[in-house]
Amino acid sequence: MKKHTITFRLNGEPCTLDVEANELLLDVLRDKVGVKSPKAGCERGDCGSCTILLEGKSVRSCLILAVEVDGQEITTVEGLSRNGLTPLQQAFLNHNSFQCGFCAPGMVLTVTELLEKNPHPSKEEIQEAIAGNLCRCTGYQPIIDAVLELTKK
Amino acid sequence: MDDFNVVGTSPSRIDGLDKITGAAKYVDDLDFGPGLLYAEIVESPYAHALIKEIDTSEAEKLPGVVKTVTAKDFPHTFGLYMKDRYIFARDRVRFVGEQVAAVIARDVGTAKRAAKLVKVTYEPLTAVLDLSEALKPDAALVHPDLENYEHCPWFFPRPKTNIAHWRKTRRGDVEKGFAEADVILEDTYTVPRYAHCAIEPHVIAGYYDAAGRLTLWASSQSPYTQRNIIAEALSPMGLSHKDIRVITPYVGGGFGGKAGVSMEIFGAVLAMAVKGHPLKIRWSRAQEFYNTSQRQGVIAHVKMGVKKDGTITALEHTLHWDAGAYAEYGANVVNAAGLSATGPYRIPNVKIDSVCVYTNLSPTGAYRGFGYSEFHFGLESHVTRIAKQIGMDPVEFRRKNAIAEGDTLAYGAKMNPGNMQEAINRCAKAIHWGRKETSEHPDRVIGKDISLFWKAPAMPPNASSAAFVKFNEDGSLNVMVSGMEIGQGYMTVMAQIASEVLTVPVDQIRVETPDTDRNAYEWQTVGSHVTWSCGNAVKNAALDARGKIITTVHRALGFPEESIYLENGQAKCRTQPDFALPLCDFVINGIQTKDGTFRGGPIIGSGIFMPEFTSATGDPETSQGGHPNVHYTVGAAGIILEVDRKTGKMEVLRTVLAVDVGQAINPVLVDGQIVGGLLQGLATVMYEDIRYDANGKLLNPNFTDYKIPTALDVPLETIPIILETPQPDGPFGARGVGEHTMIPAAPMIANAVEDALGIRIKTMPVIAEKIALANLGVDYDAVKGDTMGFCYAKKPEDYPFGIGD
Repeated sequence: MKKHTITFRLNGEPCTLDVEANELLLDVLRDKVGVKSPKAGCERGDCGSCTILLEGKSVRSCLILAVEVDGQEITTVEGLSRNGLTPLQQAFLNHNSFQCGFCAPGMVLTVTELLEKNPHPSKEEIQEAIAGNLCRCTGYQPIIDAVLELTKK
Repeated sequence: MDDFNVVGTSPSRIDGLDKITGAAKYVDDLDFGPGLLYAEIVESPYAHALIKEIDTSEAEKLPGVVKTVTAKDFPHTFGLYMKDRYIFARDRVRFVGEQVAAVIARDVGTAKRAAKLVKVTYEPLTAVLDLSEALKPDAALVHPDLENYEHCPWFFPRPKTNIAHWRKTRRGDVEKGFAEADVILEDTYTVPRYAHCAIEPHVIAGYYDAAGRLTLWASSQSPYTQRNIIAEALSPMGLSHKDIRVITPYVGGGFGGKAGVSMEIFGAVLAMAVKGHPLKIRWSRAQEFYNTSQRQGVIAHVKMGVKKDGTITALEHTLHWDAGAYAEYGANVVNAAGLSATGPYRIPNVKIDSVCVYTNLSPTGAYRGFGYSEFHFGLESHVTRIAKQIGMDPVEFRRKNAIAEGDTLAYGAKMNPGNMQEAINRCAKAIHWGRKETSEHPDRVIGKDISLFWKAPAMPPNASSAAFVKFNEDGSLNVMVSGMEIGQGYMTVMAQIASEVLTVPVDQIRVETPDTDRNAYEWQTVGSHVTWSCGNAVKNAALDARGKIITTVHRALGFPEESIYLENGQAKCRTQPDFALPLCDFVINGIQTKDGTFRGGPIIGSGIFMPEFTSATGDPETSQGGHPNVHYTVGAAGIILEVDRKTGKMEVLRTVLAVDVGQAINPVLVDGQIVGGLLQGLATVMYEDIRYDANGKLLNPNFTDYKIPTALDVPLETIPIILETPQPDGPFGARGVGEHTMIPAAPMIANAVEDALGIRIKTMPVIAEKIALANLGVDYDAVKGDTMGFCYAKKPEDYPFGIGD
């Protein structure tokens, strides 16, 4: 199959590589670039564990072809915490917000996007924002509580 | 209890930083180099068929294919309690999706394409998809060779039938008990199958090296048990336990689904088929649903007799379980329920029949609750109904009959400590029991309920735990155990227990994920037993290390051993107030004496724990004798539920759960189990609805069609309540909690719906459509169409329970 050369910025660093037209961004990030925080949970956009930020917007990397991200900026949780934990991550840590942790990278990115747009979300806005990120362990409450406490005025 | 320094406090999870930074590595995140191979499984399209021929020649011609594998290469069976599961289907397939062959290739795409080229010729057989069909005298047999399977001594399979196990518990005289009753109520309840839905799918990587060493990296709750099952299965190939190493990094949720062995066996045998090449298999979400293990469905008949004053005189509880194609683990679910299906009640006359039935549906196994979630639905529904029938407040009825310490259990043993009365009272108060509430919305009504729960770990009587602790030069500590951090906070709790004994701060303790070559033994992380069992082992290991520290100080400095103690990471002496020697000064390099020589050396400790009071020797006809359970954890839960009478849509306005954990080692983590477990339980009754077609094919193996809760589905308020009546044999008084929190959810919803609308729903799930239709007088099961929510075609009330004895 024909290879396509793509260049994108990943967590602030330029990244150039050859991909096939049908390769998924999730697989390329994990297997070719070595960024492992986006996880494969359902491979059909249901669970949100492969969430990344593409140009600041949360997307499912299992539903995006790698060739589509040429010229764009990608952020994963590895990039968020390069200079120490973000206040959101610290809040999640303080609240024991995660149990098995598999959904955590996607959840961190989704809430990061929410707080960029809406620094003081209501409980309902938080629930709406993370409704596409499935967590089977926590019952979501400690995740919601951490965000509420972080963002209360 | 107040003397503890660390136990009972809630330090942050020691795995928290790994998880929120993305540093936590799960199996699929490990790199195995450019030689990594991938496998795709060829699956049966039939629920029951004979395999006439397998032709792999076309698949093998595809460039990039390394090898194909079938049962000819690995004709072995495996299993935890009964060796009835085939590595690859041999001669016969028993469920849709069963593995018939595997194709190993250099990339995933090639493996998938090649798997489609494998030609399998089948001769379809009659499939038994319905429990009543499976139990007919002339039923097609799922396992014609049942009598040949090895199994544990407390299983009683019936050869030439589809009965894999039958647990009978008999106490007193039920007929006499019913004769004494003023009111007898009997009815049938059904609970369908469920899927665990851990967000991480099963992943296994295997590497069989040139020297004959097999290493497996597994997404697992059970590294040692996996090693044991795989070693037993592969012993004909010359492998022994020492040749197999199981490494289990972080696991992305288990809930019982990653206990024992399911797809992990493929990683072992396929790696052996391609010696010298690492190989990895990641289950798709669909495979996760149909070829790991599901929770068993059950159809339950409850007959209860009570006196007018509310005393329960007799209980007859008959449970027919749909075990699916393989019961190697699931038959123990049936066993556990068969011993404990009285629920947390004092009942003098008991007859329980818990029957494990093979069908041609997906295999079943452990799922959080292990049979108790299932039987509590019918039992706790029934308790509310019968209380109302005699005109007694259902909460008062429960108070009157609730089990208490010292009561005799149905199989003759005595009940352990646990404060059910307090749990009931706290929950009743939290939901303002007795106060009728009305919704502000004209179409909505509000109902309430209190349901009780209990559960014991289900495990072999000699299931054990072991622990190593070793000090580092700076006085920090490694705890080397093989329980799994499946999210519950195990690592943190083990660190707290070690910290309590050795006075090393929790943040100076590392608990590493298991490696069977290095970490100490643990049976499995199941049954809500690791805090209790492994916690005891860690405590013993820490005491062992403390003894060595004291001996070192005594030998070097001459202080009497009984006067030496630890405080704040220092060795101190009661007779030498000025003496305080930091652990970091000597736990590796010893203590220098006056002549310049040293005493001591690296401090390590080991500890074990096995419950030496348990046995599985109960009489097969009555279960009397023996002591099959270590302890029960008891509690209660309450709910305030708002229901829309037009749409059936429900909203949980408030839910509360009180559980007696003996001693909360880390209360915030216990709260996490309560809040998370309650939602998982509510999901089984309010949202999740598994569907098979008439040929036994699972129709909704994905999160679009099998709805697990999102953040929008959480109760408006969840109140966790921790009660602490110490468990005498638990570490610092702790007993298990984890599974328990999902058990009361289902009956609580059914009872609250009845309280709100006067509608009694006896078939799970109690979804909105079912309520809305019932409110219109329409039976949901009669109109839902051809898809089956459970594996029997008939209406529950027509189900024939009579199958002899």
